[in-house]
Amino acid sequence: MFGNYAGFIIASYGVTLATISLLILWVIIDGRTQAKALAELEARGIKRRSARRA
Amino acid sequence: MTDTQKKSFSIWDLANPTRFLSILDKIMTPLVILTVVAFAAGLYLTFFYAPDDYQQGATVKIMFIHVPAAWLAMFAYMVMTIGSLGTLIWKHPLADVSAKAAGPLGAAFTFVSLVTGSLWGKPMWGTWWVWDARLTSMLVLLIIYLGLMALWRTIDDPIRAGKAAAILTLVGFINIPIIKFSVDWWSTLHQPASVLTLDGPKIHASILIPLLVMAFAFTLLFTALHFKAMKNEILRRRIRTMQMQAARSVASGNGAVAASRATPSGQKPATTH
Repeated sequence: MFGNYAGFIIASYGVTLATISLLILWVIIDGRTQAKALAELEARGIKRRSARRA
Repeated sequence: MTDTQKKSFSIWDLANPTRFLSILDKIMTPLVILTVVAFAAGLYLTFFYAPDDYQQGATVKIMFIHVPAAWLAMFAYMVMTIGSLGTLIWKHPLADVSAKAAGPLGAAFTFVSLVTGSLWGKPMWGTWWVWDARLTSMLVLLIIYLGLMALWRTIDDPIRAGKAAAILTLVGFINIPIIKFSVDWWSTLHQPASVLTLDGPKIHASILIPLLVMAFAFTLLFTALHFKAMKNEILRRRIRTMQMQAARSVASGNGAVAASRATPSGQKPATTH
């Protein structure tokens, strides 16, 4: 489909896809880690000052 | 309070992280769907609508990811710069959160821009890399991003880290106009600007339209990732604050209960950030 340039084009899209996939994974995993840590703190009865006032 | 006052909304309402998070929760799903649709349209136009270039042949397909990545590399830095001004001048509580969240995204898109540019350069220029002004200033941008990310990790206190990073970000901003105008100021192997020019785009619509759709898709992707990373950072700071409150309770003699509560599993204690 891309003739002699197929390797360059596929490599470009491959690198881009891999980088974007890593970024998406990073934000998802980081989000789950933070949500889990927050839930554990709250389960132990530790609340933010603003939450305690409410 | 009147109805008008109740309905009025200002950008400063977003200064409340809790309100900001609740807005994010509402817009995130539509934003992700829009991003996927934009990428589907952009990739369809790229591979089934845009013709090969009469000079560059099929390698022009690389442009549809290389150029948006390069735009976003600079756009992310603009976001960081605005965040830095917000930190230093207006002391907006979410400004340094925004700047910190944009850093890794900007670094990643700069990396994509450099790699795809190199893969495009080899068949077109006969070399993977040349130390001309455009390529070198983009490499400097990547180094600045990595430096800023390291600085954020070096200082424990997020407020102090935010101020230090904001100053470095503003200093590094000098590189952005150098990147943009390097192809005009210096003799270079890199082609001159062909989309954002004073005389309008110099690209045929059959290539320009797919390029703009891909740029739109990339921008939506950046926005979604940036919002999600901001949410993560807000939660991280909330956790840190709660840990410090619990640790203070221990220090003030509020007992062993607080001590046992201070550090949940998988989370570092407050004293080590």
